[in-house]
Amino acid sequence: MTEPYKTVDDGNAPVIEPGHTFGTVTEKISAIVLTRPASNGWFVGFGLAFMLTMMMLYAVGYLFVKGIGIWGVTIPIGWGFAIVNFVWWIGIGHAGTLISAILLLLRQSWRNSINRFAEAMTLFAVAAAGIFPAIHVGRPWLAYWLFPIPNTMGVWPQFRSPLMWDVFAVSTYATISALFWFIGLIPDLATLRDRSEKPALRMIYGILSFGWRGSARHWHRYETAYLLLAGLATPLVLSVHTVVSFDFAVGIVPGWHTTIFPPYFVAGAIYSGFAMVLMLAIPIRKIYGLEDFITERHLQNSAKVMLATGLIVAYGYGIEAFMGWYSGDRYDAFTLWNRLHGPYAIPYWALLICNIFIPQVLWIRKLRTTPAALFCISGVILVGMWLERFIIVVVSLHRDFLTSSWGMYYPTRWDWMTYIGTIGMFLAAMFLFVRLLPMISIFEMRTLLPEAEVKE
Amino acid sequence: MKREPIYGMMAEFDSATALVDAARSTHQAGYKKIDAYSPFPIEGLAEQIGFHHDEVPLVVLIGGIIGGLSGYLMQYWMSAVDYPLNIGGKPYHSWPAFIVITFEMTILFAGISAVFGMLALNGLPMPYHPVFNVPRFAFASKDRFFLIVFSSDKKYDPAGTRQFLETLQPRSISEVPS
Repeated sequence: MTEPYKTVDDGNAPVIEPGHTFGTVTEKISAIVLTRPASNGWFVGFGLAFMLTMMMLYAVGYLFVKGIGIWGVTIPIGWGFAIVNFVWWIGIGHAGTLISAILLLLRQSWRNSINRFAEAMTLFAVAAAGIFPAIHVGRPWLAYWLFPIPNTMGVWPQFRSPLMWDVFAVSTYATISALFWFIGLIPDLATLRDRSEKPALRMIYGILSFGWRGSARHWHRYETAYLLLAGLATPLVLSVHTVVSFDFAVGIVPGWHTTIFPPYFVAGAIYSGFAMVLMLAIPIRKIYGLEDFITERHLQNSAKVMLATGLIVAYGYGIEAFMGWYSGDRYDAFTLWNRLHGPYAIPYWALLICNIFIPQVLWIRKLRTTPAALFCISGVILVGMWLERFIIVVVSLHRDFLTSSWGMYYPTRWDWMTYIGTIGMFLAAMFLFVRLLPMISIFEMRTLLPEAEVKE
Repeated sequence: MKREPIYGMMAEFDSATALVDAARSTHQAGYKKIDAYSPFPIEGLAEQIGFHHDEVPLVVLIGGIIGGLSGYLMQYWMSAVDYPLNIGGKPYHSWPAFIVITFEMTILFAGISAVFGMLALNGLPMPYHPVFNVPRFAFASKDRFFLIVFSSDKKYDPAGTRQFLETLQPRSISEVPS
């Protein structure tokens, strides 16, 4: 983190455009929060996102009144949109921790300009994900049974079930992500406290910054804690989607019961997460004039990560298909045939096109550096990753061992309202975040400047 | 406790290099109760002001051990002692199934210890601090670097310390009221 960024030209775009100083970096980022007036566009965007959030609350409220019969779930497809969306959102959240923790440990200093809003994105994505398990249980007022809380029945959760592991993995992940995000914010909140002119703002940022004053002793402990937290978050983030995949892989349903699931889920999570980072970063850097800090280099690198993780995902699909044939298991073979030719063949082919074929254009350097193209490809990947979860959840369940128990799944308007509503909630939170908190880590940007180097 | 009316003497510098050099000279000159403030972490600065013992790793280790043990023992006690349930013929103490939650609890407790341990050792939150009485100190979170000699230092005397700090060629020197 303290390693100053090389100013020599190594053929890549720089992490920060030359000419910036501690002062300009500080002013530019804090001005977005402190002095820049909120534009009409912001109000329109936030308003729309907020309306979608209200739509979700309406759908969830109606669900609580009527029960999950208003959804498309039936037997045999007992896991519909709720689990599809849960896995999709949790996956998107992974990029934030990957950027902030794993890239920190790997000393990838370019991460410093995108880690803050990627972490915020993680938090909001995990919040959106967390809604689904709570509301899909049928009797949501009993959702606290998931936790080992002493109760009058004297029973405890069943710890041998992957679903319980998931509860612990996701709640730990949410907690650690929030802590990581918040301690990263403390020095920047102190900057906002010292920069703001209004006493009320100074008071609020002062309280939030905990009275941070930048003492050398404090920085030393701070950096130790930050590094250790990164070291802890790294295995954590890999464990979260692994455990999510256990929810499926431990079951015996054909299409779920495979050992490739953990790595392929983690790769898919990072794949969709980086797609979401790009979909947010590209408009934000344009609107707020942050091209100096989120440069072509960041877009390029994110595109390369997507390309690599996309290939791992493609390998996962390949192994699934191969094992369908090689295992000699007729049910596995049928699952493969059913995906390619069954009633859900169109989503499966769309998934292959979105996740495997279209992203291959990222091999072209020109496209990796064209923001508009990257934005569109990221959108395609997000759709593809959603379809992947749909295929895994719905298509595996709808035709299993006995033809007598086959069925079809059709999402209802309530499914769609809940799903689209969580996207609105996620965006509304992002809209608030960019206005209220520094979306780029100011103090970490300072360490990247050549003047931060201590000359002996 | 009676407070000293003066908290210390503060010098302001332009660059990280100047601050590190000044901190080294001040410590070598025999001032032991000093502190340095910077807008971003500077490697090696803490050592220059005589800070060597960082207890955060120990706190995290203890937190992690407590988390792991409590995670495992919780599952063991609930599944094998308090309410044994036969699930698919698996043993009550089916330890492989308990590993995931043990791992998650280890991370959870270690992470919480890292954050709250760091804050506690730093004495934060602390909304009031004498250094904020210096108006220029607002730049410590932007682009200025500060060094303070506390008045509790044995060698501290208002005139002599000011004279010494002036030899370090700071931008400005101010007395910090407490």
